[in-house]
Amino acid sequence: MIGPVTWFTRHVQAALGATGRLARAPLATLFTVGVIGLALAMPLGLKLFVDNARAATGDFANAVDLSVYFKIGTPLEKVQQLAERARARSAVATVTVIPADAALAEFRQYSGFGAALDAIADNPLPHVLGVRPQAGADTPAELAKLREYLASWPEVELVQMDIEWVNRFNAILDVLRRALLIAALVLAVGVLAVVGNTIRLEIQNRRAEIEVTKLVGGTNAFVRRPFLYTGALYGLLGALLAAAIVFAATSVIAPAVADLAAAYGSRFEMLGASRIDTLRLIGGGAALGWLGAWMAAARQLVRIEPRA
Amino acid sequence: MIRFERVAKRYPNGREAIAGVSFDVARGEMVFLTGRSGAGKSTVLKLIALLERPTRGVVTVNGQSTGPLPARKIPAFRRQIGVVFQDHKLLVDRPVFDNVALPLVVAGTPLRELDKRVRAALDQVGLLGKERLLPLELSIGEQQRVGIARAVISRPAVLIADEPTGNLDPELALEVMNVFRRFQEVGTTVMVATHDMHLVREFGKREIVLEGGHVRGVEDVRVPTVGAAAP
Ligand SMILES: Nc1ncnc2c1ncn2[C@@H]1O[C@H](COP(=O)(O)OP(=O)(O)OP(=O)(O)O)[C@@H](O)[C@H]1O
Ligand SMILES: [Mg+2]
Repeated sequence: MIGPVTWFTRHVQAALGATGRLARAPLATLFTVGVIGLALAMPLGLKLFVDNARAATGDFANAVDLSVYFKIGTPLEKVQQLAERARARSAVATVTVIPADAALAEFRQYSGFGAALDAIADNPLPHVLGVRPQAGADTPAELAKLREYLASWPEVELVQMDIEWVNRFNAILDVLRRALLIAALVLAVGVLAVVGNTIRLEIQNRRAEIEVTKLVGGTNAFVRRPFLYTGALYGLLGALLAAAIVFAATSVIAPAVADLAAAYGSRFEMLGASRIDTLRLIGGGAALGWLGAWMAAARQLVRIEPRA
Repeated sequence: MIRFERVAKRYPNGREAIAGVSFDVARGEMVFLTGRSGAGKSTVLKLIALLERPTRGVVTVNGQSTGPLPARKIPAFRRQIGVVFQDHKLLVDRPVFDNVALPLVVAGTPLRELDKRVRAALDQVGLLGKERLLPLELSIGEQQRVGIARAVISRPAVLIADEPTGNLDPELALEVMNVFRRFQEVGTTVMVATHDMHLVREFGKREIVLEGGHVRGVEDVRVPTVGAAAP
């Protein structure tokens, strides 16, 4: 019935009209966009936090070492022997022997307790093996097996696995990821509600115009279109604001994070929002705005019928 | 072109505005709808423009019965009818140009045509040059003529007008009625509800007189006019 050029023109008209209307009520627009921006900034910020936590801990979260502490008094030769046996296992990548003397010397040097240690006649530290599993053999089950094997030697006092806190840490990350998902869902519903309510009020304000448009043969789709564009524009501007908020926040926090990392001897640098996440946020914001407007329009527009 | 068969309309408040109205308006004919205030003239026009549906009876416009017409077909139906309302129904926050152009815009008329056609329509009602004014910057009579320009701009097959000369001086009223006659002369079916018996007599068209919800009579005082087909 209508050509593609006309169709396109209509959409451009509706989009321009929506932009113009928002610009004519800058304060109300600013308020709505601000609320949407804050709502959208939260999931992006949380995502950034989780990503950074994972990146910062990624190195040691993957390498799980076992420390094998021998009973005090176990001869070093015996320890060397057992180290050989451990090396022979397929699940083991490397084994490092840390003799008690070396450990004590290192401790004396770094702890500052040199004089106090001199007062102790016997070396209080045990010999220790550092066992690093093969890259492919670090599943919880394999690790448990390896630990059991090492602990079965009668000379061994204790086998400590760093995996416990790694597991805990991963569990925390997992909780955060789920919280992020829920927060994103809740805030998306919030954005829908904010846009929907704004559009509902706007439809009511423009009731006369809608009635007259329908009187002269305007279809529901024609009447709805500018509101959909308005909604999408709200979402788009809100998402841009959210991206700006998160960018500003990262700029402020990043130097502090770098200092913190340096204090722990790490060169870790905070990650900013990735380009793909930012694009997703902007696309998602516009889509949410469109959807919120659509839901409001679907309910309101059928109720507004011309009465002469 | 417009046919009413024993049409009754009862409003939700229980008031029966018309009860058993029948008449026939031929394609290209111009008729007047008269009757005292409250006789049901506006109701008849609202039934034609599908602003209301009949409670009983059948309203047929341009071959389409309005009763069973599905909601999604109403916009297309309304586009073939130009309506001049008793209270103009102009958008007060939009300039004259936008008001007059609206029927073309909703029909998807290319933009480059709008300007020419809006000017032509305004010219016909003597308002050329007032495109950029807001309706409230015009006199009541001028506002009414903006409403007429909007009704005729899409060259509808049917033109209905509710009291279009109510606020005009006799000279202007005659001029406006002549606008309607010119549309009739090029084939448009025209129905005008009016109190102005003087004008009705002067034009010598058929007159449908409503009284107490019924057609009291059809005064056939026609003198032959160019292009007016017999009913
Ligand atoms: N929307 C409505 N709801 C209820 N009753 C209505 C409605 N519109 C009209 N009526 C009633 O229907 C009757 C006919 O009204 P209508 O407006 O058709 O008369 P009219 O001939 O156009 O009068 P006028 O010359 O004053 O415009 C009136 O008694 C009126 O009270
Ligand atoms: Mg009336």
